[in-house]
Amino acid sequence: MANKVLMKGNEAIAEAAIIAGCRHYFGYPITPQTEIAAYMAKKMPKIGGTFLQAESEIAAINMVYGVASTGHRVMTSSSSPGISLKSEGLSYLAGADMPAFVVNVQRGGPGLGGIQPSQADYFQSTRGGGHGDYHMIVLAPASVEEMAALTVKGFELADEYRMTSMILADGTIGQMMEPVDLDGLKVNPAPEKPWATVGTDCKRFHNITNSLSLVPTELEQQNFDRYKKYDVIKEKEVMYEEYMMDDAEICIVAFGIASRVSKNAINEARKKGIKVGLIRPITLWPFPEKVLHDTVGKCHTYISVEMSMGQMIEDVKLSTECRGKYVLCNRAGGMIPSPEQVLAAIEEANKGGAK
Amino acid sequence: MSTNNYLFAGFGGQGILFAGKLLAYKGLIDEKQVSWLPSYGPEMRGGTASCSVIVSDTPVGSPIVSNPDTLIVMNLPSLDRYEDAVVPGGTIFMDSTLIERPVKRDDVTVYAVPATRLASENGIPTLANMILMGKVLSVMGEYPSDSVEAALGKVISARHADKLDINRRALQLGAEY
Amino acid sequence: MVVFDKPHALADIPLHYCPGCTHGIVHRLVAEAIDELGIEGRTIGIAPVGCSVMAYDYFNCDMIEAAHGRAPAVATGVKRADPDRHIVFTYQGDGDLASIGMAETVHAAARNENITVIFINNAIYGMTGGQMAPTSLPGQVTQTSPYGRDTNHCGFPIRVCEMLSQVEGAGYLERVAVNNVKNVKNAKKAILKAFKNQVEGKGFSLVEVISSCPTNWGLTPKKALEWIDEKMIPYYPLGVYKDRAADEEAAK
Repeated sequence: MANKVLMKGNEAIAEAAIIAGCRHYFGYPITPQTEIAAYMAKKMPKIGGTFLQAESEIAAINMVYGVASTGHRVMTSSSSPGISLKSEGLSYLAGADMPAFVVNVQRGGPGLGGIQPSQADYFQSTRGGGHGDYHMIVLAPASVEEMAALTVKGFELADEYRMTSMILADGTIGQMMEPVDLDGLKVNPAPEKPWATVGTDCKRFHNITNSLSLVPTELEQQNFDRYKKYDVIKEKEVMYEEYMMDDAEICIVAFGIASRVSKNAINEARKKGIKVGLIRPITLWPFPEKVLHDTVGKCHTYISVEMSMGQMIEDVKLSTECRGKYVLCNRAGGMIPSPEQVLAAIEEANKGGAK
Repeated sequence: MSTNNYLFAGFGGQGILFAGKLLAYKGLIDEKQVSWLPSYGPEMRGGTASCSVIVSDTPVGSPIVSNPDTLIVMNLPSLDRYEDAVVPGGTIFMDSTLIERPVKRDDVTVYAVPATRLASENGIPTLANMILMGKVLSVMGEYPSDSVEAALGKVISARHADKLDINRRALQLGAEY
Repeated sequence: MVVFDKPHALADIPLHYCPGCTHGIVHRLVAEAIDELGIEGRTIGIAPVGCSVMAYDYFNCDMIEAAHGRAPAVATGVKRADPDRHIVFTYQGDGDLASIGMAETVHAAARNENITVIFINNAIYGMTGGQMAPTSLPGQVTQTSPYGRDTNHCGFPIRVCEMLSQVEGAGYLERVAVNNVKNVKNAKKAILKAFKNQVEGKGFSLVEVISSCPTNWGLTPKKALEWIDEKMIPYYPLGVYKDRAADEEAAK
């Protein structure tokens, strides 16, 4: 346990961001992620960084846009209703190809909803969230250790691909404490950013951060280019975990806290001799399509365990070309599925057997 | 290979989350896998507070404890709410100053400690939680132990180092009860 | 001998503004201020959404195009990224600054954000074709107030300088106009001062420039300039609404 400390998931994100070289944080209070802002408020002034409580989520994401334009690593964090407000800025960040790191510690919705954990912003985050054709890299940690590691990764990916990366967590992982080894985090230095608007020094043509393009053929080309970049990301950056999949005939797909509940259920099911495993997407976008596709013919049933009314299940069906049976095992509105509920779904699927 | 699931519950302000942290840190120091999950939100402000703690030899799956092996309760609503959730053969530790009724189940072991009364009699009225924890740890056969001492040092920040001694005394009181 | 030249900070390309529009004048005044202070190489300008949306092409300094109304928030980010180096200005119209971006405006002022805001008030939404603005005058006919702005129905114009003068954080607020030579000269002084304040760390400086929109006002360029004197300035009196540095100096 050499350098392990117990930390809340939210705090782990904040500290990992600082380790990743982020010196600018802008946010607006909202449960259940406020620990991130509180941590930054405490730390940033002591390390020459900026913590600023913005007047709104909208202002916060635009402050992020401003810092991102200057090439510095920058972040904001919020929870579901606040992310809706930020969606305008997320679209502009995408249109201007600016790197930014955003955290969504989800709570139940829609509307003001509740404050208990949820995964119902899956569509919103994996499809972009704001207007226009774009994606964000969406990272789904399932432990406090991953909250830290994926934060560092998030900053690196944002810089490498000049786009927003988002941590899609939920209230449980944000609030829980687990051991984390921050000393073990390795950070790649940020790349050169010749596009940054930091002043020309009267030595070069001016840089412009911009998402306006009034000539449709040009705007179309920008979209084509951006989607070529997305293809590279789909090829290179997919992350997932497989658990007991070697001989699995039933495949659970779950991310975040739902994946941990699912593991408990899988362990129980295995004791009963049921061949069930888990594919846990770590990147929700890009979605681990290929590994799921490879299970076609081996698995007869896919159980999507979600804390929503069933959103990821669409990607599961698409990835497997609708060639299996599909079961949604879910809770919503801030409720978390229990291992017993998942086990029951597994046993039911096992009774059905292969087609 | 074992996994121990603890559920702590009581009023906000009784130090429920703090007690849970002590156990989680002790687990970490003992090189176990641990998780600590609090209830959060408005109910923390004077309402019910609870936290799930898991200490395990294997990676922790779900951090949510719905059926604890060990229930540590410090008020009646919490006993009412969680008594039936304890696994058969499990253990309930309760503050008998604030919980006047006996535990109804006969398939669990019960330790009733008048922690709030002991705390106030000993001039440490805010440390009933640690008195109850003293009992928990001694029943576990873990009191006194180096890892408890080290965990105390972790949960009590350097800024409050002057509070270490009264916390030790509270643990001692509970352990000896 | 050169008696008239283009400021270095102003790009040498044709502006897209309508004939008689005063944006060009204000662009030039901003560029002159940047030149005179020798800050072009470390200046970052923020363009809004509105007629001046493409202002990013017109200045030679680094430029950022912001979402509608968000320029002060973007400017805050840029400024805070490197406060000692970056000189940051926003260039916003009345819809951008006083309607959709009111919160960003007021809070940047409240924080005394050390930025310069150039606020073009021409009492109309120009780019979208002449709709009622937060600063449209009572009775003013626009596309969305075809019977004249009815204050019983849609309220009164907002006087930004007067309002911000009550915000303690705001450092310097002045309203100027660009409808005649004398006013342009005053506007030049105010804009220069608003940039100089930033260089000297004096905090949030805003210059409201009463401007014309002949196209959407339905007037000739000349008539539009006269309308500023007749209608706009009586409702929006010119002058300094706040100058904290001067006030503090006077108090000594």
